Amino acid sequence: MGLPDAPGDLSSEVDVDAFRRLFPLRFYERHLTESIRPDGRPLGRARDTTIALGAVTSAEGSALAKIGSTTMLAAIKMEVMTPSMDSPDEGCIAIDFHMPPICSPIVRPGRPAEIAPVVSKQLSDTISSSGMINLKELSLVSGKAAWMAYLDIYCLDADGALFDAALLSAVAAFSHCGPVLAYTSAIQDCVALTRQRMKELQKILDEANSAIAVLMEGGDSLLDAIYEEDNLEGIDDVEMLDVEEGEVVEPNLHNEKGKSSGGDVNLEIQGSQSKNRGLRARKKKNRRKKGGSRPVTDINRFVLDTCRRLKERKSYMLYTAVGCLGVSALNDLVKEVHIPFNLLPSAV
Amino acid sequence: MEIDRLDGRKANQLRPLACSRNILNRAHGSASWTQGDTKVLVAVYGPKAGTKKNENPEKACIEVIWKPKSGQIGKLEREHEMIVKRTLQSICILNINPNTTTSVIVQVINDDGALLPCAINAACAALVDAGIPLKHLAVAICCCLADSGYIILDPTKLEEQSMKAYAYLVFPNSILSVRPEGSLKVQGEPMEHGVITSGTQGAMSVDDYLNCLERGRAATAKMSTVLRRNLQPQIASDLSKAG
Repeated sequence: MGLPDAPGDLSSEVDVDAFRRLFPLRFYERHLTESIRPDGRPLGRARDTTIALGAVTSAEGSALAKIGSTTMLAAIKMEVMTPSMDSPDEGCIAIDFHMPPICSPIVRPGRPAEIAPVVSKQLSDTISSSGMINLKELSLVSGKAAWMAYLDIYCLDADGALFDAALLSAVAAFSHCGPVLAYTSAIQDCVALTRQRMKELQKILDEANSAIAVLMEGGDSLLDAIYEEDNLEGIDDVEMLDVEEGEVVEPNLHNEKGKSSGGDVNLEIQGSQSKNRGLRARKKKNRRKKGGSRPVTDINRFVLDTCRRLKERKSYMLYTAVGCLGVSALNDLVKEVHIPFNLLPSAV
Repeated sequence: MEIDRLDGRKANQLRPLACSRNILNRAHGSASWTQGDTKVLVAVYGPKAGTKKNENPEKACIEVIWKPKSGQIGKLEREHEMIVKRTLQSICILNINPNTTTSVIVQVINDDGALLPCAINAACAALVDAGIPLKHLAVAICCCLADSGYIILDPTKLEEQSMKAYAYLVFPNSILSVRPEGSLKVQGEPMEHGVITSGTQGAMSVDDYLNCLERGRAATAKMSTVLRRNLQPQIASDLSKAG
């Protein structure tokens, strides 16, 4: 009744929500005089707080903290990086606080909330100056590798006490992060395994390289032995030289034959003094002999063989090559080219 | 338990204070505050029509823009803006000019420790220079806590960085009033024992923090007299200024 009571009269008719918006001061005064707040809490009581660890499974550590309706999601991602020059045996923590538009009707996309950078700075100040995390524990190899922890906190619902909830979720996420040392040992194991594997690969590669090197010098090698094994034709004493057009006749053939037979005798006399040398000499002699006593039928067979090996359909090209270079030279060339292909992983 | 300070001051000794007002021509109010080597310049542009979005239109709004000496504006500047804004909001009488915006621009000239308290002091003086209605003035001070538990006032930048923790505190100015003594007390304590703003950096125990409060309160009494003395003689010259 009367003017001063007009709002009071309205309150009995007006919705509570409307009263709260129209006369906020009176609304709160009404409650606070009874030492109670609009949601029924006494002045000194906090809202119900819950923490859920491991909310984000893909992150190394995460937590979801709720104080009443205020919800904060914190996630930690760890990466290895090189430490800075000023602190070579310390890791690093980067803290970021985001308020996406989902959290409040006053936050719009593209325009960050005013309190977001403030809370972000306060969080990083608090976490770094309190000494909560010992950065030296994040170091892996002094001066070369250290952990970098990216802490991202997302506000999903802004209903007051933002800094409290954000700090709670950050601390919970760090506690959930798990022992960093486990990661360290796993990485060291990986490094050791990789080193071992590299050594094996290097050995294989070295063997292949040395084989090719020997082959290129024209000397004997296990590749020669392979070749020898493939051609089980006996030593052909009968020489039939058919001079075809363009074929290069090896001039030293007769002489070689004589020499080689002499050498043969010599070797037999020397006998088992150096088996390897004998074997090699015999192989050399055999090769030369084979090169020299290649009859016409062998050329055809050689061309067909080579075509098959090189997967070359145009055999006339090989005949031309034989005509230009001669069979033995062409044979050597093919061997040089073909073997490395076998060593490489077959991509064809 | 005497602690040696680099510039030879005692623990409770403040750096030489200097305050000058009305230095900028175009601004409605301006002031510069110097504490040793830390210098801050503040300009105030009096009430403009309209409030920012999401601000209460039934009250006057204060907008703070913090400009660092060098570098880009980042989170640190935003934090300082928010702290200065909230401090000034509590000393201004906001109901007098509703739905207006008062801009306070803070320019850091040099930072040698105790930057935020220096800025708040300067902003206060600038508001007085602009004639914005205030409930009372605010006096800000910075206290540093050494490892030994010793508290020193008004640290330089080197001291701030090397100490365990520091706290900046803003107290209301002591009031000289014609009203009787008793009416100024709030719950039995004089008004200047209240704390407007308090911020800490680093880890300190509760007892250390309360010690800082005590020391800070004692020192602000001196600062209040300096501020008052500085403001008084210039009042006569302000009458010629156009609003």
